[in-house]
Amino acid sequence: MSLVELKTAGLYRDQRWLVRNIDLTVAAGEIVTLIGPNGSGKSTTVKLALGIHQPSEGTALQKPGLRVGYVPQKIAVDWTLPLTVQRLLSLTTKLSVNETEEALEKVGIPHLAKANIQTLSGGEFQRALMARAIARKPDLLVLDEPVQGVDFAGEIALYELISQLRDSLQCGVLLISHDLHMVMASTDKVLCLNGHLCCQGTPKAVSENDEYRRLFGGRAADAMAVYKHHHDHTHLPDGRVQHADGTVTDNCHHEDGHHV
Amino acid sequence: MFDDFFTRALLVGIGVAAIAGPLGCFIIWRRMAFFGDTLAHSALLGAVVAVLAEINLTLGVFLVSAMIAVALYFLQKKPSLSSDALLGLLSHSSLAIGLTALAFMTWIKVDLLGFLFGDILSVTKIDIVIVYASALAILALLLLIWRPLLAATVNPDLAQAEGMNPGRANLIFMLLMAAVIAISMKIVGVLLITALLVIPAATARRFAASPEMMAVIAAVIGVLSVVTGLQASLNWDSPSGASIVVAAFVFFLISLLPWRRFKGSLNK
Repeated sequence: MSLVELKTAGLYRDQRWLVRNIDLTVAAGEIVTLIGPNGSGKSTTVKLALGIHQPSEGTALQKPGLRVGYVPQKIAVDWTLPLTVQRLLSLTTKLSVNETEEALEKVGIPHLAKANIQTLSGGEFQRALMARAIARKPDLLVLDEPVQGVDFAGEIALYELISQLRDSLQCGVLLISHDLHMVMASTDKVLCLNGHLCCQGTPKAVSENDEYRRLFGGRAADAMAVYKHHHDHTHLPDGRVQHADGTVTDNCHHEDGHHV
Repeated sequence: MFDDFFTRALLVGIGVAAIAGPLGCFIIWRRMAFFGDTLAHSALLGAVVAVLAEINLTLGVFLVSAMIAVALYFLQKKPSLSSDALLGLLSHSSLAIGLTALAFMTWIKVDLLGFLFGDILSVTKIDIVIVYASALAILALLLLIWRPLLAATVNPDLAQAEGMNPGRANLIFMLLMAAVIAISMKIVGVLLITALLVIPAATARRFAASPEMMAVIAAVIGVLSVVTGLQASLNWDSPSGASIVVAAFVFFLISLLPWRRFKGSLNK
């Protein structure tokens, strides 16, 4: 079976649907990327997949005994907690000195092993979190915007590392990214969210799709086009959907004719 | 030697401080000082329950604090309730209910000041046994949940995703806090228990390079505070709890001195 599986999953919180009708699977050795505008439910979808939130409707399944390495979008550690990078790496797993060094080496910060995490720059901390997630040799690597604050060269290196890890560990990767052009080459499947699944497929299949060509001008339109395409409807706070033509429906279905 | 009230108080105080230090670290890492206060203030209500039900005082305080801890645990899961307001409400309401109930129980002579500020004279041999048995149990449980609790402190989502079961660790931690409050009530009193948890931990921060080291240093500083404070209380006839907290605060002030620069000038 796949590592995680969402079936028509949705989460209802504070009188509104954060996400709805999400179908998602991640298999071993597969890289799945989630894209979408702010507040489109990317992080929420990941949390449903990981069992951090229980779905209000639909189902969320994790493979029994699944070993996850997770880089959350935000981590705020109180300054009163003395934590070196080294100690951060063994937060949820016991690691040997070799394993720690190896992971830090991979993300390019071996010199920061003994540094306090409160003294790290945003990019360095992000690498430390990444090292922590990969050091435990996960079956599923989940990265919520892993390159925020990382410089351009580092960004390319980190994405290359993700592909390498997928090959060496044969792990599945669930990735949230704003830079689809960066991850396009290595992504197997792209899911575009906007409170629900807007569109999905392999980057190649999507770009060869006739409809896609009509919308974005063929393959010349680079991957950014997928990301920047216009969302034709808005999710209202009460869970209803307002479409481009001004009509309002209760839910969001691809077959209801309102999707461009 | 246990016949001497001062020795008994010292033993109980040391046992309490040794376990309050590590727990206190988690309280400041998680910014839960107010939560500790709320549990501590409910201890007076626990004392009333213990007197009415004619059970052991420490046990009564633990039961009531534990109930409030569990209630808070579930209430805080509902994001719609502001936990700060909730704590403020429960904290002072439980203290007020305790005080009122105590005033109505005219047939029992209760030393209110002893409850509020600690009373070393009331420490019995049985208390020593209770404190050390509980302290050992608390320490064992804390070691058991250390990794998941620390992971949940850094990030609950991460802990949950990586199979650490942070909910269980959090619940156990809250019960451990209720237990520490119950055993420290006689020594420092209801109003000052949180200080015994928070101040040694805050002092330890400056000298610690890892969470584990900070917990050990906090325990040591707590023990030193108890010894110094109780000695001062004996010498000058000051209230035991307040003297211990003042001693802890003095250690904190000392920790603020520029130790690193001092060390640097020695190395030159």
